Amino acid sequence: MKTFNYHSAKDVKEASKLASSNSAFLAGGMTTIPSIKLGLATYKDIINIKNIKSLSGIKASSKTLKIGATTKHVEVANSKDVKKAIPSLAALAEGIGDPQVRNRGTIGGSIANNDPSADYPSACIALNAVIHTNSRKIEAEKFFKGMFETALKSGEIIEAIEFSIPEKSNYQKYPNPASRYAVVGVYVAKHKGEVNVAVTGAKSCVYNDKDLAKALSKNFSSSVIDNVKISSSGMNSDIHASAEYRANMIRVFAKKAVEAC
Amino acid sequence: MASLVGSRVERKEDKKLLTGRGRYTADVNFVHQTFAYFVRSPHARAQIKKVDTSKALKSPGVVSILTGADIVNDKIGGLIAGWRIKSEDGSDMKVPPHPPLASDTVNYVGDHVAVVIAETLDEARNAAELVKVDYKILKAVVSTKDAMSSDQIYKDIPKNMCFDWLLGDRAKVKEAFDKADKIIKIDLVNNRLIPNAMEPRAANADYNPSTEEITLYTTSQNPHLARIIISAFNGVAPENKLRVIAPDVGGGFGSKIYPYAEEVVCSWAAKKIERPVKWVADRTESFLSDCHGRDHVTHAELAVKNDGTFLGFKNETIANLGAYASVFGTVTPTYLFGPCATGVYKMPAAYSNVKAVYTNTAPVDAYRGAGRPEATYTIETLVEKAARELGMDPAEIRMKNFPTQFPFQQTLVHSVDSGDYVGGLNKAMEIADYKGFEKRKRESASKGKLRGIGLCSYFEACGIAPSPVVMMLGCGIGLWESAEVRFNPTGNVTVFTGSHSHGQGHDTTFAQIAADQLGVPIENIEIAHGDTDKGPFGYGTYGSRSLTVGGTAIVKACDKIIAKGKRVAAKMLEASVDDIEFSNGEFVVAKSNKKKTIGEVAFACYLPGTYGEVKSPLPEGDEPGLKETSFFDPVNFSFPAGSHICEVEVDPDTGETKLVKYTAVDDFGTIINPLVVEGQVHGGLAQGIGQALYENCHYDESGQLITASYMDYTMPRADNFPEFNLGFTCTPATSNPLGTKGCGEAGAIAAPPAVMNAVMNAIGTEISMPATAEKVWKACNKNKKRNSEAA
Amino acid sequence: MSKISLEVNGKKITKEVPDHTLLSVFLREILNLTGTHVGCDTSQCGACVVHVDGKSIKSCTAFAADLNGSKITTIEGIAQNGKMHPMQEAFKKLHGLQCGFCTPGMVMSAIDLLQNNKKPSDTEIRDWLEGNICRCTGYQNIVAAVKEAASKM
Repeated sequence: MKTFNYHSAKDVKEASKLASSNSAFLAGGMTTIPSIKLGLATYKDIINIKNIKSLSGIKASSKTLKIGATTKHVEVANSKDVKKAIPSLAALAEGIGDPQVRNRGTIGGSIANNDPSADYPSACIALNAVIHTNSRKIEAEKFFKGMFETALKSGEIIEAIEFSIPEKSNYQKYPNPASRYAVVGVYVAKHKGEVNVAVTGAKSCVYNDKDLAKALSKNFSSSVIDNVKISSSGMNSDIHASAEYRANMIRVFAKKAVEAC
Repeated sequence: MASLVGSRVERKEDKKLLTGRGRYTADVNFVHQTFAYFVRSPHARAQIKKVDTSKALKSPGVVSILTGADIVNDKIGGLIAGWRIKSEDGSDMKVPPHPPLASDTVNYVGDHVAVVIAETLDEARNAAELVKVDYKILKAVVSTKDAMSSDQIYKDIPKNMCFDWLLGDRAKVKEAFDKADKIIKIDLVNNRLIPNAMEPRAANADYNPSTEEITLYTTSQNPHLARIIISAFNGVAPENKLRVIAPDVGGGFGSKIYPYAEEVVCSWAAKKIERPVKWVADRTESFLSDCHGRDHVTHAELAVKNDGTFLGFKNETIANLGAYASVFGTVTPTYLFGPCATGVYKMPAAYSNVKAVYTNTAPVDAYRGAGRPEATYTIETLVEKAARELGMDPAEIRMKNFPTQFPFQQTLVHSVDSGDYVGGLNKAMEIADYKGFEKRKRESASKGKLRGIGLCSYFEACGIAPSPVVMMLGCGIGLWESAEVRFNPTGNVTVFTGSHSHGQGHDTTFAQIAADQLGVPIENIEIAHGDTDKGPFGYGTYGSRSLTVGGTAIVKACDKIIAKGKRVAAKMLEASVDDIEFSNGEFVVAKSNKKKTIGEVAFACYLPGTYGEVKSPLPEGDEPGLKETSFFDPVNFSFPAGSHICEVEVDPDTGETKLVKYTAVDDFGTIINPLVVEGQVHGGLAQGIGQALYENCHYDESGQLITASYMDYTMPRADNFPEFNLGFTCTPATSNPLGTKGCGEAGAIAAPPAVMNAVMNAIGTEISMPATAEKVWKACNKNKKRNSEAA
Repeated sequence: MSKISLEVNGKKITKEVPDHTLLSVFLREILNLTGTHVGCDTSQCGACVVHVDGKSIKSCTAFAADLNGSKITTIEGIAQNGKMHPMQEAFKKLHGLQCGFCTPGMVMSAIDLLQNNKKPSDTEIRDWLEGNICRCTGYQNIVAAVKEAASKM
């Protein structure tokens, strides 16, 4: 394993200052550490941000739920505030990885990594999240740029994710039987005046299925989903699922999610 | 004293394993130890043009770098195939050289090219990246089915074919087929699996320049075999200068029966640099370079009468050996597969023809069940198909063809000593509530789910024996087992066995046997194994052999102890040997209360004379000491059998298959420890169900292993299974005094067809393993389409 | 190098370690606590599970430097005065282990489950153990052992 210099930042300012083009922030490390171990990534500096108190915690208001970047999955899953405001988000967190991943992994880490099969990005899209960083606020739609790619600039740190509380919502996923990451995950959220159907796992990056969203905005019923065309073009195809199968699963899960709302 | 055989004794080995005191090879460290990291081929097939280590040698911490050229210079021999299989035309099998480090060509991704030895693991890894290997990449042969018509991998091996083997009588089969009302045909793929013992392979070799002895700690199921191969074939050190220790070993499932390149190289390197060399595989290395299992392509046919009577069977199989012929790689798809392919049935005529091929993939060798899962899958899916085509109940067609008289001469090889196949299937049907299936199916249908039921009746041949016969068939090793029972002067006992426990619980079950035989409390019996310097030569643990062969050797050694004990006791009690009876640890003069405990007798054996109160002169002709050895070579295999019934529920929208009910009824003859046996069945089932629903080794067209981590290779997890329902029947084996039959592989043998028959029953169409959600979904769609077109 | 002070199985320890030292390496190679096993490179097998501040984590996916000030409990640290933890006892009684390699992680994970859920159902146990792979037992006796331990704790 390639070595690096380890730093533990006291505050966001220090963390940002330590950052370079050859560094990584370390929160739960659920992706960063395996990447380093497997030699997929090497860094000169690793900057621990877990000791920065301001980055952790859950705050609910009447319209939004704001979750600090280093809040762990287990904390989101068990939070009374989250369960009350957006129960589907708590359920999503409860379904990430395994208990040990949930005890370490953080929401900010998941989003900053933007793994195409991660769960949280779909929540961000479905719940019209705003990503608060140390320098700006970014709408989720503009945050997730592509596979493992986000709008974050070097040294920019996610501080919190602010979700809009929907009228109702539900998340369904088919986990990869080996890795347990989402082969397909569908997050349906009904907001006042609009519906989002965020899909993860199916393409190189999370996206809002506009056709499904439009149909469900008109009539929020699972029966309309059969009439929406879900094209498999551009979808991932691998040993675990073909594009065609992924397209089918989106339909099945969109229905299930609407019915469970 | 109550008999321990048959009771649920908690395992003696558990405390250390539960408290973190187990000692596995990776836990062993030597002073002044170095670390090895292997440079492996990134290509499936290539010529090595040049290996340049100059830059790597300058890397910090590097002690030595060894390559294929050093192997050649030091005349280190290659890895071996342990069984010589002859083709139908009488010619010998063709085997390519398999040097521990390649010098000319590499033949699979992960093949060993060089080893970097450094002060730390990080330094070894970093330097390994600097070893420059110039490859000329060649077109890889990957497909089992197409191997014979692909590019030739080895100069002297046309069609990439190792052998074309036949067992059975083609003419008789033709005759039988000519008389048949119906021929049932099936094409199958037995998916390649990666064994994945949870402990990755490891080796740590220490060389003592004073005694010139190498001590090799390794993750082996069979340390004695490792020693003889590394000395006699690889030529690393004479046998008496090589000690192999397999301490606690974290599972094997076949993949650790024989030594690999890494053990050979670590031992050789340790001697060369006169420092200990440690290597521990990371999981990716395990995926790439552990031997894989299964990988057959089969066409089989069953000739039947309209009433369901079987008339004949043919089996044409292509077996993938991978890049090299591994130790048990050639016997697995032949003698372990061919004879069992006729299943548990009366089959008047049969043949198995196997063509074994080389491909540019990891070598394939024995994996839990080794040949018998492939055989059982073939016949049991074929029988199920026959039932469907004849409109018979799958249980009925099986019952009709079961033998009822034992010993039963099975068509191709085996004389099965005992069994009750009808009783076993009846019991399974009772436990599984076979009759209630239709009702459960309707309930599932009301929830939009498809429910299916699948049967499998199997028999298997394990505890492979006897040596003289098996050696005539090409086996290069003996198949007996040794035991040494050593009474220590203070009355406790050490039992040395040549078999090896890596999860099977020998420390307990073997101690139960010895305790019963000798009348010594189980706490006072220690089972010693896994060290070639302790106890006599042995043949390790695989093929469900340890209890029937190794356990019997213990019984035989105990018999000898008791025979000597009787003579000594007779002398001590001033009685005639013929009047001495032994039971519950006491030698008693018949019809008297004169007796000596076995502990007193043992003590006397070590103090053969008179000393104060001790009066124990030995009988004339007897030597001091109380230690006896037995080498037991059984007269026959043992033949466990059983019937398993599986129920699944399929969601046609997603194709997800849920295993909802699994019943296993097995006949393992006499059971020594039900707790342990149940555990063996559970574990075997998990692997068998894994093969049927989840696990699949996938190479892409260029020979890159796609499933090289737990991210892509599906290991069954706790939430994949329901609680299994187990039942047992018992017809004791007649080939060993304990009456036992092997139990380790049954689950892995019976489960794949039981599960697949259930899935196919649910969806009404044929499907290959593993029945992944997508495959099942596609099959359901095809059905839907077919049905709507028909309507 | 990082200087770290932490508590391992009740003992205070201060060590200087290379920055990239994984907790699993720290425990196994530096403290010789070899009961914590390493079975994969992708954080999935769970053989390396230990408790950090009472919660189960995978020690192969945490840097020792990151755990300065933590309290760590490993499989070696859960028996009290030579008496095995009820979870260990239950695994022994019900044959919840075979080769023993996954066992330390399995036991540590299962103890954490009971801290979160005193009387878990079979399904809850199986779901919780998603991050622990066992190749020997088929999980059945592990599930039974966890239930047994729950009834004793």
